[in-house]
Amino acid sequence: MSTQVLDRHSAHAAGHAHDHSHDHAHHDTSANTVFGFWVYLMSDCIIFAGLFAAFAVLRGEVAGGPSGKELFELNYVLVETFLLLFSSLTSGMAMVALHNGQKSRLQFWLAITFLFGVAFIGMEINEFHHMIAEGAGPNRSAFLSSFFTLVGTHGLHVASGLLWMAVLIWQIARKGLTPTVGKRLACFALFWHFLDIVWIGVFTVVYLMGAM
Amino acid sequence: MEHSNVSTAGHGAHGTSAGGASHSSVKNYVIGFVLAVILTVIPFRLVMGGGGTVAAGTTLAVILGLAVVQIVVHLVYFLHMDRSSEQRWNVMALAFTALILLIVIAGSLWIMHNMNQNMMVH
Repeated sequence: MSTQVLDRHSAHAAGHAHDHSHDHAHHDTSANTVFGFWVYLMSDCIIFAGLFAAFAVLRGEVAGGPSGKELFELNYVLVETFLLLFSSLTSGMAMVALHNGQKSRLQFWLAITFLFGVAFIGMEINEFHHMIAEGAGPNRSAFLSSFFTLVGTHGLHVASGLLWMAVLIWQIARKGLTPTVGKRLACFALFWHFLDIVWIGVFTVVYLMGAM
Repeated sequence: MEHSNVSTAGHGAHGTSAGGASHSSVKNYVIGFVLAVILTVIPFRLVMGGGGTVAAGTTLAVILGLAVVQIVVHLVYFLHMDRSSEQRWNVMALAFTALILLIVIAGSLWIMHNMNQNMMVH
């Protein structure tokens, strides 16, 4: 069933369009959905702009508590960065598999992406736990409040992405590669790559500048 | 570098022409990934090396510059932004967001810096 749908679409791409008007309608609504999701991501970007601005203003206000230089371990952050970067690559591989209509390969790459995401969140929770146990929690200073808000918001986004990914893996197994599932996957891929872009800002402004 | 995408541009199965997450080849993702790795490792090495020979101001400028370059690499190779007409509205929305981002962040820093000076907080 699902492969038929995709076959029809690849046939369309090859120039043997049957059911053309139907295809066209699909194309338009999906394109609108993905563009709408892009606009949502841009508004999410504004949220992060506010959090980055707050952090940038407050990063020196340690109130006699520990500073970034004392708290951050760059080796640890580098591993986190690579986990997210690998997950970006594997989600890209998943999109290529979707494009080629390879269902099991798509599920495989999504599962790998999920594992990288889980590893990232695990490391972040561990880092937060460690800092709070050391007495460097969000209530210690303005610097730490803004740190936990900014990095925590990014972490919450990644956690929601993991939930979304789990639902999508389940939907692919149940419904197959329908146009609707494909549309959702396209939105998800945008979301996941977007989070990796936000992380570039986080590791540069928070960790690298903090450790300098 | 984006020409490989053009051949598939008529393929609307997943409506990805806006945002275009699936209009790409393995090659593009791998190129983007390799560039991203290089652009990540350089600033980390620079800061972790202690920057003994490099002035702090230079290090700061370099890591911020590399972050911007890496963001562009991600936009081009992972999110498939380009100058094609089907990407125009995505790019417009992004450009507007970048403007707001600049106003919010640079504006906050500027105002707070001024206030700190006028309140004589050291």
